[in-house]
Amino acid sequence: MELLIKNGSVYDPSNGINGDKADISIKDGKIVDKVSSKATVIDAGGRLVMAGGVDAHSHIAGAKVNVGRIMRPEDTRSGIKPRTKLTRPTTGYTVPNVYAMGYRYAQMGYTTVFEAAQAIMKARHTHEELEEIPIIDKGALTLFGSNWPTMDFVREKNMDKLAAYISWGLLASRGFGVKVVNPGGGEMWGFGKNVTSLDDVVPNFDVTPREIIVSLMKANEMLGLPHSVHLHCNNLGKPGNYKTTLASMELADQVKASRDRQVLHVTHLLFNSMGGTNWGDFESKADEVANYLNNHDNVTGDMGQMIFGSATTMTADGPVQYANAKLMHAKWANGDVELEDASGVVPLYYIKQVSVYAIMWATGLELGLLTKDPYKMLLTTDHPNGGPFVNYSEVIALLMSNKKRQEEIKTVHEAVHSKTRLPGIERELDFSEIAIMTRAGTAKVLGLLDTKGHLGVGADADVSIYDIKPDQIDPSVEHAKIKSAFSSAAYTIKGGQVVVKDGQITATPMGRTYWVDARVPEQHTNEMMKDIVKKFKNYYSIQLANYMVQDAYLTHPKVVKAGAIPVEVR
Amino acid sequence: MTVITDALCPFCGCLCDDLTIVVEDNKITDVKQACKLGASKIMGHHRIKAPMMRKDKNSEFKEVSYEEAINEAANILSNSKRPLLYGWASAVCEVHKKGILLAEELGAIIDNTATVCHAPSTLAVHEKGLPSATLGQIKNRADVIVFWGSNPVHAHPRHMGRYSVFAKGLFSEKGRKGRKVIVVDVRKTDTANMADQFVQLEQGSDYLVVSALRAILSGHADVVPESVGGVPKDALSKLVDTLKTGKFVGIFFGMGLTQSKSRYKNIDNAISLVTELNAFTKCVITPMRGHYNVTGFGNVCAWETGFATAVDFARGAPYYNPGETAANDVLLRKETDAAMIIAGDAGAHFPADSVRHLARIPVVQIDPYWNPTTEVANVVIPVAICGVEVEGTAYRMDGVSLRMRKMVEPTHLPDTEVLEKITERVKLLRGE
Repeated sequence: MELLIKNGSVYDPSNGINGDKADISIKDGKIVDKVSSKATVIDAGGRLVMAGGVDAHSHIAGAKVNVGRIMRPEDTRSGIKPRTKLTRPTTGYTVPNVYAMGYRYAQMGYTTVFEAAQAIMKARHTHEELEEIPIIDKGALTLFGSNWPTMDFVREKNMDKLAAYISWGLLASRGFGVKVVNPGGGEMWGFGKNVTSLDDVVPNFDVTPREIIVSLMKANEMLGLPHSVHLHCNNLGKPGNYKTTLASMELADQVKASRDRQVLHVTHLLFNSMGGTNWGDFESKADEVANYLNNHDNVTGDMGQMIFGSATTMTADGPVQYANAKLMHAKWANGDVELEDASGVVPLYYIKQVSVYAIMWATGLELGLLTKDPYKMLLTTDHPNGGPFVNYSEVIALLMSNKKRQEEIKTVHEAVHSKTRLPGIERELDFSEIAIMTRAGTAKVLGLLDTKGHLGVGADADVSIYDIKPDQIDPSVEHAKIKSAFSSAAYTIKGGQVVVKDGQITATPMGRTYWVDARVPEQHTNEMMKDIVKKFKNYYSIQLANYMVQDAYLTHPKVVKAGAIPVEVR
Repeated sequence: MTVITDALCPFCGCLCDDLTIVVEDNKITDVKQACKLGASKIMGHHRIKAPMMRKDKNSEFKEVSYEEAINEAANILSNSKRPLLYGWASAVCEVHKKGILLAEELGAIIDNTATVCHAPSTLAVHEKGLPSATLGQIKNRADVIVFWGSNPVHAHPRHMGRYSVFAKGLFSEKGRKGRKVIVVDVRKTDTANMADQFVQLEQGSDYLVVSALRAILSGHADVVPESVGGVPKDALSKLVDTLKTGKFVGIFFGMGLTQSKSRYKNIDNAISLVTELNAFTKCVITPMRGHYNVTGFGNVCAWETGFATAVDFARGAPYYNPGETAANDVLLRKETDAAMIIAGDAGAHFPADSVRHLARIPVVQIDPYWNPTTEVANVVIPVAICGVEVEGTAYRMDGVSLRMRKMVEPTHLPDTEVLEKITERVKLLRGE
């Protein structure tokens, strides 16, 4: 199958193409040099062409997403559409059903999305849902930050065993990378407690969050995993937490990257860039966090932008969810996973006139605008924590138009003037910078820039065309057009197949599930497994033989090889 | 002879995964580690031999081919204006997926056995959420365990050994000796006989008693009368002290709470109590789910439709309103004009008026076993037993999913294939 996209105004920043008129040739699901005269032609007519969108952090599948659905029928009821000849029914806004996840991402021009957290023990559930999300490629990051084996091996300073555990844990969960949430806190929440600094000692395990983060980064680089450690910092959601965030980012200096990417990705920074000492004197410290990123090349972040309205917060950070529920008198689901981590789900409603929410909204945008290099600040809403992913077009429009920001600022609580710097920021991002924050940068941070996030020869033929002519629009003024175009792609092409045309689904192929097969020397695995066998014999409530995700749950796998031993030796 | 280790049990919501199964000549000859209930199901009994049909409900069944039975099932369902697809709890998730697809195709209502079991718990979760944990968390940490309106000795025989009362873990190395076990029930059950504290309350007073506990916990003991639901105030105060001073409290509740007076409000109140206890200690609450994969249906239905159960596809899009769209709602209103009962036994467990209506309308039964639903069925399609003859996914009561093993070769078609064929036939009949 051949496809030729002609007359596009192409933004492919990692290949140095910034609005040039260019043709894109596609053959057998890949971008190629040229195609034959038989190729189907799509005339882009000068419209904006980018690689398919890539999302590095979104909660799209698994236990806590489904708990969100079950506890929120009121959310499911928003956004209901009946089935069509081609599509299954879609439901939900903050917690869409599996079909809506795939269709809506594709309709926005996104083709690759990573679920941000799965406990190994519940990974089978994650994959059951991933397997039913249509169109997009996907994967899931696996939680390692409070696992008993992690903490044991960190305490023993046994990096070989730790690396072997990560390798085995990724296989067991068919995971793509190492996610760390409130390290140490997940274990302490087992008895209703939490860690409050990088140097608190986790009782019974005698390790600190600092030691856990550094050891996991080192093990991650020993294994040469495509993605770096993906950190949800301690103290999330607490005024004054920017100090913990900066201290966590500094830990990256202790580790050397094994690949051309960061050593540490700090996620949904909006919730971790908070100043003040309580909700009364709460203020944004996005400038401090952005300043750190501007002066360091080994750390990246993503925004976690807030969207006013309904959100369903869900995270492995169990204690923060209890605190949220208590503060807001909201309904609360808790989901501790034995020996591994905590989790919680709490619906929230972000209101413009509440000072704290207005400040948080501005903080996210400050992060996007004050971080100079867009490769260091990805566009996310930490779906559905900051808000649902369907609002990415709103975030893009805000980043591209100071005029829109000033209009919005007039409608939110006045604290945004005294507690944030947003009103004075004039920077307006261009299409290249947006392409980086939503494509090239995301792919680079994930370690997938060889095939994702760009339009060079050899890349996956994932392309989006938006109904904007970049040379004829002033995004600063015509921000409504920008928002409208990015919310509904003129074309989305996934693996060389047109899946969306004029915002409507035209085909529903199944995407692939990425996971990382990272090999370590066999004796390390054997040593590590002695400990794991004991854990199952004494502590887990299931058998080791039933723990690992079976092949049956990955009908469209995409295995990425990595490991401490060279690939050719295997 | 083949020995299968670490096999899963397809009986109750404990989903024990440590069974050893001995197979000789494609017959299971021994089941080790399982409880009596599980072993009895795995060893097999009362199987329906072949597909059957009958002219009307008073005639005798005649054996027919799968093709005839499937075609007749499709006829019944596609001619129906308000079909109900009910059951699902004793089948793996792969079957649920096919069932939801068929419901979409038919514009049917799909509901599961929770409707006469833990669906009230789901309503409470809509209101309050669910502070819970995996069973291993209880095993390793809990020093106070409460069974409220549930009787695991008989209904979940290995629960106490594997996960709760007797289980030993990292912070519970003494097992039973390190734990306080409290049973709250209307009668002195065999579980109550093993408890350190038995709180006997009057039938239907659960809501009052939970409210009293919440009042005492929040420092308002003064408003609590001397006796609530037949329980002396002193006993309630003692119970609050035990709960507050535990390091990790695990509360398990059963149908004594969900299906007694006040129903979902009981659970709503109990969840509030749990949430409030977390200001003092760690406390979690878990429903004692019955069938081994009733939790799985709720999960599959939620990720596919957005709603956990009682979903009405009549409008093409999922619609959920228990009280209006649950199985017994449409049966009691006599709205249902045809039903398919699969992997659940409406005939045995539904209110008499619902069963009477089932006896008046065409009923398709898909099940490995002859049971009371068979008595009201027009078409009976026997299938392979999930978890014994067919592998697939099941969700334990705490939401941990596991893969069921295939122990022996099936003698009948699997549910998934029967459902696929019915769906194909329905499409054909509707000219699609």
